[in-house]
Amino acid sequence: MAEATHKRSPLADLAAGLAGASVPGRVSLAEEPFLAQIDLRGDAADGGFREAAGGVIGAALPLAPNTVAQGGRLRALWLGPDEWLIVGPEGSEGGIEAGLKAALAGRHVSIVDVSASRTAIAVAGAGAREVLAKGMGLDLHSRAFGPGRSAQAQLARAQVILEQVSGEPRFRLFVRASFAPYLARWLIDATAEYRIAGP
Amino acid sequence: MSGAFRLAAGGRIDRAAPLRFRFDGRPYEGLKGDTLASALLANGMHLVGRSLKYHRPRGIVAAGADEPNAIVQVGEGAWTQPNARATEVELYDGLVARNVTAWPGVGFDLGAAASLLSPLLVAGFYYKTFMAPGRWWRRLYEPALRRMAGLGRAPAAPDPDVYDKRHAHADVLVVGAGPAGLAAALAAARTGARVMLADEQAEFGGALLSEGDEIDGRPALEWVGRAAAELASLPEVVPLPRATVFGYYDHNYLAIAERRADHLGPGAPPGLARRRLWRVRARRVVLATGAHERPLVFADNDRPGVMLASAVRAYLNRYAVAPGRRAVVFTNNDDAYRTAFDLADAGIELAAVVDARSHPAGERVGEARRRGIEVLAGSALTGTRGRRRVAAVEVRRLDPGGSAVEGPARTLACDLVAVSGGWSPAVHLFSQSQGTLRFDEARACFVPDRAAQAVRPAGAANGTFTLAGCLAEGLAAGAAAARLAGFGDGTAPPAPLVRTARDGPIRPLWFVPSGRPAARDGGRHFVDLQADVTAADIRLAAREGLDSVEHVKRYTAAGMGTDQGKTANVNALALLSQAVGRPIAGTGTTTFRPPYTPVGFGLLAGRDRGELFDPVRVTPMHAWHVAHGAVFEDVGQWKRPLYYPRAGEDMAAAVARECRAARGGVAALDATTLGKIDIRGPDAAAFLDRVYTNAWARLGLGQCRYGMMCGQDGMVLDDGVTTRLAPDRFLMTTTTGNAARVLDWLEEWLQTEWPGLRVYCTSVTEQWATVAIVGPRAREVLGPLAPGLALDNEGFPFMTLREAEVAGIPARVFRISFTGELSFEVNVPAWHGLALWEAVMRAGEPFGITPYGTEAMHVLRAEKGFIIVGQETDGTVTPLDLGMDWIVSRTKDFIGKRSLLRPDASRPDRKQLVGLLPEDPGEVLPEGAQLVAARPARAIGLKAGRPIPMIGHVTSSYSSAALGRSFALALVKGGRGRIGATVYAPLVGRTLAARIVEPVFYDREGKRRNG
Repeated sequence: MAEATHKRSPLADLAAGLAGASVPGRVSLAEEPFLAQIDLRGDAADGGFREAAGGVIGAALPLAPNTVAQGGRLRALWLGPDEWLIVGPEGSEGGIEAGLKAALAGRHVSIVDVSASRTAIAVAGAGAREVLAKGMGLDLHSRAFGPGRSAQAQLARAQVILEQVSGEPRFRLFVRASFAPYLARWLIDATAEYRIAGP
Repeated sequence: MSGAFRLAAGGRIDRAAPLRFRFDGRPYEGLKGDTLASALLANGMHLVGRSLKYHRPRGIVAAGADEPNAIVQVGEGAWTQPNARATEVELYDGLVARNVTAWPGVGFDLGAAASLLSPLLVAGFYYKTFMAPGRWWRRLYEPALRRMAGLGRAPAAPDPDVYDKRHAHADVLVVGAGPAGLAAALAAARTGARVMLADEQAEFGGALLSEGDEIDGRPALEWVGRAAAELASLPEVVPLPRATVFGYYDHNYLAIAERRADHLGPGAPPGLARRRLWRVRARRVVLATGAHERPLVFADNDRPGVMLASAVRAYLNRYAVAPGRRAVVFTNNDDAYRTAFDLADAGIELAAVVDARSHPAGERVGEARRRGIEVLAGSALTGTRGRRRVAAVEVRRLDPGGSAVEGPARTLACDLVAVSGGWSPAVHLFSQSQGTLRFDEARACFVPDRAAQAVRPAGAANGTFTLAGCLAEGLAAGAAAARLAGFGDGTAPPAPLVRTARDGPIRPLWFVPSGRPAARDGGRHFVDLQADVTAADIRLAAREGLDSVEHVKRYTAAGMGTDQGKTANVNALALLSQAVGRPIAGTGTTTFRPPYTPVGFGLLAGRDRGELFDPVRVTPMHAWHVAHGAVFEDVGQWKRPLYYPRAGEDMAAAVARECRAARGGVAALDATTLGKIDIRGPDAAAFLDRVYTNAWARLGLGQCRYGMMCGQDGMVLDDGVTTRLAPDRFLMTTTTGNAARVLDWLEEWLQTEWPGLRVYCTSVTEQWATVAIVGPRAREVLGPLAPGLALDNEGFPFMTLREAEVAGIPARVFRISFTGELSFEVNVPAWHGLALWEAVMRAGEPFGITPYGTEAMHVLRAEKGFIIVGQETDGTVTPLDLGMDWIVSRTKDFIGKRSLLRPDASRPDRKQLVGLLPEDPGEVLPEGAQLVAARPARAIGLKAGRPIPMIGHVTSSYSSAALGRSFALALVKGGRGRIGATVYAPLVGRTLAARIVEPVFYDREGKRRNG
């Protein structure tokens, strides 16, 4: 019966706005709704924990700050010395949660489904860095940042978890659901200059 | 034509592109490439304003950011910009500008009458004249000063333009694109480093745009063009023309104001940011900010037509404008001879070069003599004549000491005086970066000394005034900066060939005597043209004991104009040094502060306006609330429905209806915004025992409990219901506004005080959407939606949790109540929130389910005496003050316990929570009203009377549908001992009486929560 219920993403009403704001060849904006997100806490110094968690993810848990590990369909984002965000495709949160619980049974860990907490916005294209630079103090230049890197930062007036997905460049912004409409509007506004004839 | 003073040839203007503009209402024509100043001069307009204090006629003096006089208001209506320098305003077709200093116009100015009062307007006149009588200040002085003060008018309508911001990171930021800056940028960029080059002018080249210099035997602008093209071709270079670096902050953080559309006028493409604020973090900075020429301080040196010698060259060479027909050059150095040559080459009659030096012998002096130019060595200008424009100057012999003039005066007719007192490096940014300055006696200027950050000055900004020197220093600085940032080996590219004239030394001359007795000389020797400060003012300040340059600045206002005294400061401090008999090096400079040139508020606001001013947080059900006419209130950044008015209903009627539904039928609240924290670990219960005042260890599985937490001071911090999900797992709720603060609080204790506790906290505020179904008929609504869930009191007792499918969605259902009524709070993953809400509204339709907002929520909880943290508490209220002794454990320790044990926490006269029933049941006490114990003798008004002891204040106050009357909660000193007493709320014009009662007004037995 749950399947019959309509899931509605935080940016459902702004999908057309994001699409319309995209400028081919320059920058594209789109919501990536319903990504599975599991917040994992555990002791990084515990090799057994790392091994068991890595086994579920399909890659070793990243231990370097602000990095991402990719394992099959799952990605693990380093959020803190004892915290990771495990990201998977839509609908996989139950499986990830169950897998982690089974693998980590008996350990002091925290496995919390936060999939509906945040939505994701993809910002891609040659102009993506420039758009983000309008509201973010981080250096996203290819010499300073790149695929496999992540950050927790402020974009405009919203906190985001940022990861670079590919060298295109393509970025993914995880933003809390209640802030998502604000951030989407900010992004649409920030790309406005590319939709007018230049001076 | 573009003006009678336009030269027939030359200039970086487009003669095929005439532009119309208006100044003070009159139409003129200029050319593309003009600034407003050059276009006015081309039309013979020197007089562009009146001086601040004396309303003396003032003309264009400079050709750039250092202009003190030509302050104009550009544009009209909401687009207008006050306080622009005409020398920096690029002309566009249809430009409208007016002077901001004279009324009705610069030619005839009523304020000029002030010049008759000039003996009164001496240094410190603000402090001396307006002291007494006191009441005159508000009625006379302040209004008069406010009318006179300010440059231009701020627009009244909202700014129609877009301003935005960009962060940037650079290996090397080069400030200034003159010869040194271009050379530095080239040297750095060729290493592959990320280079930003910012320059305030519309095109790169700096001073070279205004001079006839040659590089490698070709016009210097060819080299500029090649350099700019090479930089533009390099992928890691960001060239920024029209970009003023206005602030240099810690850690090589610099702010740049880029003007992107000002030069297009109001016709710029809509949406294009008019200006952009760049915030740059640079590994290394090269400051190639150039230098400002200093005027000479001689009598009546402020007459229109008296200009800086370099500005005259800029108007001649860059704009092809003749700033006059017959010129005099007055100098103490060789550089100004270039102006004499350029004037002569442009066919302008040159009366003479007046050189303060007795035996000038530089190469250019010789050339002047060879050309037949009359050089009056060892002479000085002792005065000027003319009404709105200089018509003649007086020249006399200057004695070798420079303290007196001698011999007969010779009068030279002229309409242009080109003045040079030497050059001052633009050290503003270097000084802002906390670098120190040093006075260089030989060059008679302050130069950068020790850097405090990763910065290096180059070229004229460093006191290197030859073109060859600028190029060499720039190349070296750029290469070194790149190497220090990790690029290249620091080797400077070879410098191009430039011929350097053999110049003689400068003769520092800070004051030019006019022949009057020394004690009375200097009253018309203007030092700061914008602040209207004379040499006499500086000397008076020194005589009155103000011998610090900072004091003199504030006393005389020298350097306090919007130009920050770019042409004035060094002369002012040199005059002060002379007056107090101290070397200039010992006087020092005033502090240089951002912004280098004025910055508009729009730029600082950027896109943070309108709907982007601050994030608006919304719940998944927001669209429904909007569609159903909710009136919203801001709770932190959240938008929450306040009430849902029906047609014809006011707020009171809507809230009463919503309350009646919750008490008599069924109602629904979007409670999504409550903070939620998932707390896990073997020590989770022990942790809760420490942060909450009550006990948690024995809370059963699936059971809920109300908790209160205090700060270390024992004052209430937050409250909420926490539920045990598993032996090692709890779900804590917090107040909406405190969610982030409480999570930080918990983390702080776990990370810094109790690292041994094995507990993890994770925010799940946004994971869950919450619908509260409230009222005696709540079961009838929830039942059909959750067929698998027993809802009776035995199957689902008060203060417990059940997991079930509600409307087909996996849900957590809490049987808790913030209203006193039977109530279920249904939580589902947020993306199902709207579906759940709509399902509840559909299922409740037969029962008249009523959505209610936060106002009804407040009324309902207050009727039950439930507090709201932040409303009944304000950081000074303990749980005991609230009468909630039952929630404070006597047997365990918790944060704040020791503070609660202090005698002060049990003082009988502490403010305690009580209820109030106003004498008039139709009168709602204002929240925040102060309470007194006895009816005041007369109603308080605005006039001061005898103080009345205040014993408390109203914290919550409403009209209650259930009670059929008004009621309130209040904090009253010793309130519990005053139950039954009457207190008074003195308001302006009337006093309301109310009886103190127990703070629970409705269903004191607590039966209704069971339905």
